[in-house]
Amino acid sequence: MSILQIVVVIFVLFALTRTVKKFRDGGLALVWFLVWLCVWGAIGVVVVLPQTSQMFARLIGVGRGVDAAVYVAIIGLFYVVFRIFLRLERIEHDISSLVRHLSLRDGGVDSRVSAHEPHDKSPQQ
Amino acid sequence: MKVVIMPAYNEEQTVGAVAASVRPLVDAVFVIDDGSTDRTAVVARAAGAHVLSHVINRGLGAAIQTGIVAARRAGADIAVTFDADGQHRAEDIPRMCAPIEVDEADVVLGCRTVDRGQMPLVRRLCNVGGNALTFLLFGLWVKDSQSGLRAFNRHALASLALSCDRMEVSSEIVKEIHARHLRLVEVPIAPVYTKYSLSKGQSLTVGIATAAKLLLNKVMG
Repeated sequence: MSILQIVVVIFVLFALTRTVKKFRDGGLALVWFLVWLCVWGAIGVVVVLPQTSQMFARLIGVGRGVDAAVYVAIIGLFYVVFRIFLRLERIEHDISSLVRHLSLRDGGVDSRVSAHEPHDKSPQQ
Repeated sequence: MKVVIMPAYNEEQTVGAVAASVRPLVDAVFVIDDGSTDRTAVVARAAGAHVLSHVINRGLGAAIQTGIVAARRAGADIAVTFDADGQHRAEDIPRMCAPIEVDEADVVLGCRTVDRGQMPLVRRLCNVGGNALTFLLFGLWVKDSQSGLRAFNRHALASLALSCDRMEVSSEIVKEIHARHLRLVEVPIAPVYTKYSLSKGQSLTVGIATAAKLLLNKVMG
């Protein structure tokens, strides 16, 4: 094994332990725990057995294993960015709701909650 | 009960005079101080407005939403959104409310009619672009989708479900009118363009950013 392979394997093992710990502490949902297990596992397998990436590349019709890995990584990153964007939208909405609540409370507007309070149009995650 | 909703961000120069001009025409003026760093809140309060202050700046849409909630809680029958920069004329408020008072409309939008020479070309392009994009995205053509002078009856106030915090709220209001089948009447108004009021509002850069946000929101559902 090359030095790079050893370093990556060590990092993958570290990441796996952190993922398991996070799941045990309740900070990671089961679905995402399994997703990250697969991600780290796949990285570890590809690094230790580079020929697996070539097999995957042939399977999906791409020339080289490293190209397939890059394409998968880019798709994965786009999805992560999309999720982060949704999260940010949600946070922005919550900040505005909080600021609104404070302004209405401090402004002394009648705090009766009517049957027609604004609909919550929080962006769906 | 008739109220004015006046979003304001750093408008200490004009908000006092504007609030004082509309105060006699309505039962209450809600100035939403959107995190101003100047004396907007103090000046508005001195002019007889009820001031609601955002602790940080959240944008035009967020300020309008706060005003709508305040109007609902106050039991308003008609709420008029009115710019704090002096662009709108107080004498237009009765004409804006008239279609609602005779039950011909749920929402009234003020449509800026102005000599071509008065409105800068960039602003006119932004308006046309805004109208076209609003129509493409939300299926309703209005003559001035970005106008800040609007009137809502109680039913419209209760129905609107707004989520946009920034300037894209103008197009979102059009979307809500269409989606909730609200009766719309457009009333011609003559804006007051001064150096100050032209310095406010949407520049081309802001207009492009607003359009991008609207497209993104449409894609995201």
